[in-house]
Amino acid sequence: MKRNNDNIKYDSKVISIRNLKKAFDDFEVLKGVDVDLYQGENLVVLGRSGTGKSVLIKIISGLLRADEGTVNVLGQEITNITIKNLDRLRLKIGFSFQNSALYDSMTVKENLEFPLRRHVKNLSTKEVNQNIEMILEAVGLSQAINQMPSELSGGQRKRIGIARTLILKPEIMLYDEPTAGLDPITCIDINNLINEVQERFHTSAIIITHDLTCAKATGDRVVMLLDGRFKYEGTFEDVFKQTDDEMVQRFHDYNFIE
Amino acid sequence: MKEKTKSKFFLSKKIDKVFIKLNDIWLFVFRFFKEVFVPPYEFKEIVNQCFELGVRSLPLISLTGFIIGIVFTNQSRPSLESFGATSWLPALMSIAIIRAMAPLVTALIASGRVASKIGAEIGSMKVSEQIEALEVSAINPFKYLVVSRIVATTLMVPALTLYTALVALLGAFVNVYQFEGTSFTSFFVQVFEAITFLDVFSSVIKSFIFGFTIGVVGCYKGYTSSRGTEGVGKAANTSVVTAMFLIFIEELLSLQIINALRIVD
Ligand SMILES: Nc1ncnc2c1ncn2[C@@H]1O[C@H](COP(=O)(O)OP(=O)(O)OP(=O)(O)O)[C@@H](O)[C@H]1O
Ligand SMILES: [Mg+2]
Repeated sequence: MKRNNDNIKYDSKVISIRNLKKAFDDFEVLKGVDVDLYQGENLVVLGRSGTGKSVLIKIISGLLRADEGTVNVLGQEITNITIKNLDRLRLKIGFSFQNSALYDSMTVKENLEFPLRRHVKNLSTKEVNQNIEMILEAVGLSQAINQMPSELSGGQRKRIGIARTLILKPEIMLYDEPTAGLDPITCIDINNLINEVQERFHTSAIIITHDLTCAKATGDRVVMLLDGRFKYEGTFEDVFKQTDDEMVQRFHDYNFIE
Repeated sequence: MKEKTKSKFFLSKKIDKVFIKLNDIWLFVFRFFKEVFVPPYEFKEIVNQCFELGVRSLPLISLTGFIIGIVFTNQSRPSLESFGATSWLPALMSIAIIRAMAPLVTALIASGRVASKIGAEIGSMKVSEQIEALEVSAINPFKYLVVSRIVATTLMVPALTLYTALVALLGAFVNVYQFEGTSFTSFFVQVFEAITFLDVFSSVIKSFIFGFTIGVVGCYKGYTSSRGTEGVGKAANTSVVTAMFLIFIEELLSLQIINALRIVD
């Protein structure tokens, strides 16, 4: 199950976050997060519900504004970026949403075609179709091309959501709980897909989860978000075998109890 | 601690909330005007919405307009009969339908059908993170969803109003023909003699305002709907209520203005 990734370039950071703080009204969610993502790496962020994992990647993709600190993505500081530059940067970031966020009113094909047509100019219909077929094949759902999102299962929706972000050939993938609410077999499929995406498209990824099986299968490095800060950074084994912090152990034991 | 929370509010918590809300809506409208004239234009989506919100309303509007024309004419006849003045029916219907009924009935039907549809649609997109999905794929969701729908309702409600007026007049004609035997040409000659340019013009302008209101309310309620599926239902429901309420207020205001203009005329 353990990952073996030779593609990581430790001399090249694609995301670099320093002292990131974010509060909603008086409620501090992130209290000074420091983290780097290296090129070609899968970084897993673990944490309990409500610790601000989604908030973190929403800040990285510019959906939320940071209160304090610096967030550097692909060499650009995004805390004070213009909307035009932000949009340009967003094309290089794929965001897989917690509940897939497929466009309900469009078929699977239209879901994929929509971002492609808007951002890649002068594509012939043939090229568009080729792109769509290639991506659907990559996520293993070629047969779903004409279905509506409402006709798909949770796991299939996740795959189409991932396909929709891949179609613009992003350099960074952000996965928000890719395995939440899926059965264990489908979880393994999604884990494999995440690894395949990394190998095939040479992306760097932040994977947010509280599923330790997913963390173990996909993570080159694991960090734990506790009380607004990152703690216990290292490989999966480092974090869970060598730390005797009570919180971490409880997290581990609970996950593997079933 | 208690004092701190108190000093946060300007008047009382409730009144402050109303002002904050009004300010929010104002900013929403302001943002619409800021974005509507700036390229890229969402022509395709506007046409799409004109079809969805306008053309798809035709069956309901045709039925309602026609029946209202018949019923209104029929119910007005006895009062005119007592003066022996049933020959005035075409003129009376013409004024009633074009000045008042067509704009109001169309706007109310559109509130029920269109504002709720917009509220529910945008609300569910908001709740299921689809709006954020647009945003992260570098598509301006305000422009794509909101501007296109407000433009569509602003254009389609006046068009539908003219159509309702026509259908209602046809209903009136059917009734008048049945009882008084007035011919088609003679009916419509009387209809057009009874109305002035100001009547048609003010109705069309009024409908633009109604259409704009319906679009803004539906979009605002949907776009600001709270998380959770109940937020969607609430967005749809309050869209209808708010739109209707605003339309009645606008109707009253425009009545005053048009009457003032009539006197100047
Ligand atoms: N837009 C917002 N406005 C106000 N509060 C928010 C907002 N987004 C998140 N929060 C708050 O921030 C905290 C962290 O939320 P977040 O969604 O990041 O949690 P999470 O770690 O992703 O949890 P989960 O595993 O349940 O998805 C929560 O307490 C939430 O209430
Ligand atoms: Mg989350």
